[in-house]
Parts: sequence; structure tokens; C-alpha cells
Amino acid sequence: MSTLAGYFSYAVTIFLLVAGLYIIIAQGNLIKKLVGLSLLQTSVYLLYIAPGKLVGGTAPIIAPGQQIYANPLPHVLILTAIVVGVATLALGLALAVRIHEAYGSIEEEEILEKDNASEDAEGVRA
Amino acid sequence: MNRQLVLRVIAKLLIPFILLFALYVQFHGDFGPGGGFQAGVSFAAALILYALIFGLAAVRRQVSDMLLERLIAAGVLLYGGVGIAGMLLGGNFLDYFVLDADPVIGQHRGIFWVEAGVGITVSAVMLKLFYLFADRADRRQGAAAGLNAPEGGA
Amino acid sequence: MVVAVVAMVRRRNLFAVIVLFGVYSFLMATVLVAFDAVDVAMTEAAVGAGISTVLFLGALHLCKSEVATFAKPRKHRARRPLLPLVLAVGTGALLVYGSLGLPAFSDPQAPIHVHVAPRYLNEALRETGVPNVVTAVLASYRGYDTFGEVTVVFTAGIGVIALLRRRKQWKEMGKKP
Repeated sequence: MSTLAGYFSYAVTIFLLVAGLYIIIAQGNLIKKLVGLSLLQTSVYLLYIAPGKLVGGTAPIIAPGQQIYANPLPHVLILTAIVVGVATLALGLALAVRIHEAYGSIEEEEILEKDNASEDAEGVRA
Repeated sequence: MNRQLVLRVIAKLLIPFILLFALYVQFHGDFGPGGGFQAGVSFAAALILYALIFGLAAVRRQVSDMLLERLIAAGVLLYGGVGIAGMLLGGNFLDYFVLDADPVIGQHRGIFWVEAGVGITVSAVMLKLFYLFADRADRRQGAAAGLNAPEGGA
Repeated sequence: MVVAVVAMVRRRNLFAVIVLFGVYSFLMATVLVAFDAVDVAMTEAAVGAGISTVLFLGALHLCKSEVATFAKPRKHRARRPLLPLVLAVGTGALLVYGSLGLPAFSDPQAPIHVHVAPRYLNEALRETGVPNVVTAVLASYRGYDTFGEVTVVFTAGIGVIALLRRRKQWKEMGKKP
């Protein structure tokens, strides 16, 4: 039973990861795909931070009287990862907006239809 | 009308505190949670709140696009500048302990300026992102309504 | 949190999905505080629940579609959800198998606790004079990585400016009657 409790955080992380992955693959709407991508990223944050916690420890800010601290290295990595994640999200959303202006919709299937239709109309390029 | 009034009053009360809190988080990042990224995002959030309540043109008068574009670059240059200063004073790139006679004070100084650079760039980029998205919406609505091209966008 | 995610997957109304995403980000920040990651929690709350939600809402407004339209291509929808679901669950199963080899929760002998972290925790106050070890590592010990990160933010800003600037179009609009 203790092993089950020991791996609970991994179970939650994997569930979130799978949910994010499913959204990215299965949904046709571009914005919803980006939401799935963000979901995937947040699950990875959990994946890194959960093993860093020590029972009885505290935040990694040196204070007199505290002996056990949580591991600061994953915090640093994830801090960077969060900011980079929002940067890529901004770029992805800007692309989605431009795609919408060019194609008139943000549904994957409609965009593909329009693309194929225009290619058929122009003939196959060399 | 009533709803607008409540929003405006609350925003006017809150925004200075948010800005102050952002500054606090920026400089107190050495002793508590915080640092450049959190402070930059909070700063941008305060200005976005201002833009949402009082309109994009009002916030554009305070913080123009040109200023933002310069700030985005300035933050990165500040960070690189600290690194080069370390090189000029004898150490490797981004060495802080050469910045002062006492290495610990040098570390403090280096970390302070580096976090300042990070905070400046992050807040400017977040605000600029908001400007771009909101601007596009304004332009499209203006064109659709047949008005003149909206003002702003220095 | 799990409930919010499941609701997010199922809902079609994009506005609801984005609001749920904001809720999820806040809950994630709370969980991070429970894991003693206070800097990360603050950043996640500010960035995930603040900036991400604002950007999503802005993009949604620009794309002007509140509902992910599934009504029309019903014939496509029927066969699609099965294969991705199988793929996703298969990946999950693989990950579960992989995670069995990972150390259990809060194991002090885990590899991540015994290499560099003790050195940083012990030496940070003495070498840098900064009690917040995360800031010390971020800005001093791993300062080069943070430089790269600032450059990434800068590049993203430049990229979005390049994608969404409107000066050329504004000039064209001004010239047309």
C-alpha cells in the first residue's frame, strides 16, 4: 500500500499528460489544441517538482532553524520552462490568428479542405 | 453606467498596489519567493488591467509602442552587459564575484542587475503581446464599422 | 484538478474551455505550493492563470469562433476519437510502466538529491549572500541558462510582433478610399 501512495503523484501526472496528448491529437480546433499543449506542459512541471519534495522539508529559502529543504534544482528548471512555455503559446496563438485571417476558420479539417481545393485548382506545382 | 463606475473605482484603487507589489517582488526576490519573472508578469498584469478598464488608447498614451520595443531590447542588453562587465573586470562571462572587492557584494550586485534586466524584458514583452492582440481586434472592428483608421500605433 | 481537466476535454464551447484552463492553472499553483515550490507556484499563477488566459481570450476574440464547430462534419467525428484515444492511453500505459522504476515519493536517497543539490543548498548563502536558493541558482550558478531564457522571451516577442504588426496594412487602408 505504501508503494501505491508513493506513486500517486506519478499517476496524476501521467493522467494529465495523457489528457493533454489526447486533446492535441484528437481535437480539430487550433485553439483547443493549444490548450492541450499547455496542459501537457503543466503536467511536465508536476513531473519534475513532485520528486523534489521531502516530507518535513520546506521551501528552499535558507532560514535559521530549518534543516531540510526541498530540492531547488527542479524549481529552477521549471521556472524557465514556464516562461518558455508561455512564449511558445504566444507564438502559437499569433499563428492561429493569422491562419484564421488567411483561411477563414481555425478548424483543421476546413483548413485542409481549402488547401487541397486551392492546390487542385492551381494544378500540382512542380 | 453604474457597472462602469464600480469597475473604474476598484481599478484605480487596485492598480497602484499591484504595481507596488510587482516592484516588491522584483527586489525582494533574494529573500523570499520572487525575482524577475514573477515581477515582470505582475507589472504587465497591472497595466493590462488598466487597459481593460480604461481603454487601449489611454494606456498607449502612458506606455507607447516605441517605448515597449526599446524596453524589450534593453532588458536583454542589460543582462548581456552585466556579463560583459564581468569579462572586462577580469573574470569570465557572467562572473559576478569580480564586480566588487568583496565577492559576496559582487554577487549581490550581479544578481540585482540581472534580475532587473529579466524583469524589464518580461514585462515589456507581455504588455506588447497584449497590445498586439487587442490592437488587431480594434483595427478589424474599426474597418468593419467603416470608421477611419484608428489612432495609436506610433 | 482532474475533474477540471476532464471537463475541459469534453466541452466544445471554447470560452468555457479557456475559463476552465484558468481554474486549472490556479489549482496547479496551489498544488505546487503544497510541494514547497513557492517560486514556481507564484510564476505559474501569474503566467498560467494570468497571461495565458488573457492571450487565449484575445486570440479567441480575434478568431471569432466561440464554439469548436463539430456539428457539420459528423461523418468525420464518428471514426476519429477512437484512434487518438487508443494512442493516448497506450502512451499512458507505457509511461506507467516506466514510472515504476522511478523513486517513490519523498525518498531522500533519490538520485536528484545526492549530486549537486546539497552543494547548492549548503554553499549558496556563503558564496552568494542570497538566502533564496532558487534565485541564487537561477541568477548566479546557472546564470547562463537564464540568459538564454531571456533571449527566448525576447525572440517570442519579436516573432509575435512580426506576425501581428499592422503598419503596412494600416497604410494600405489609409490609401484606399
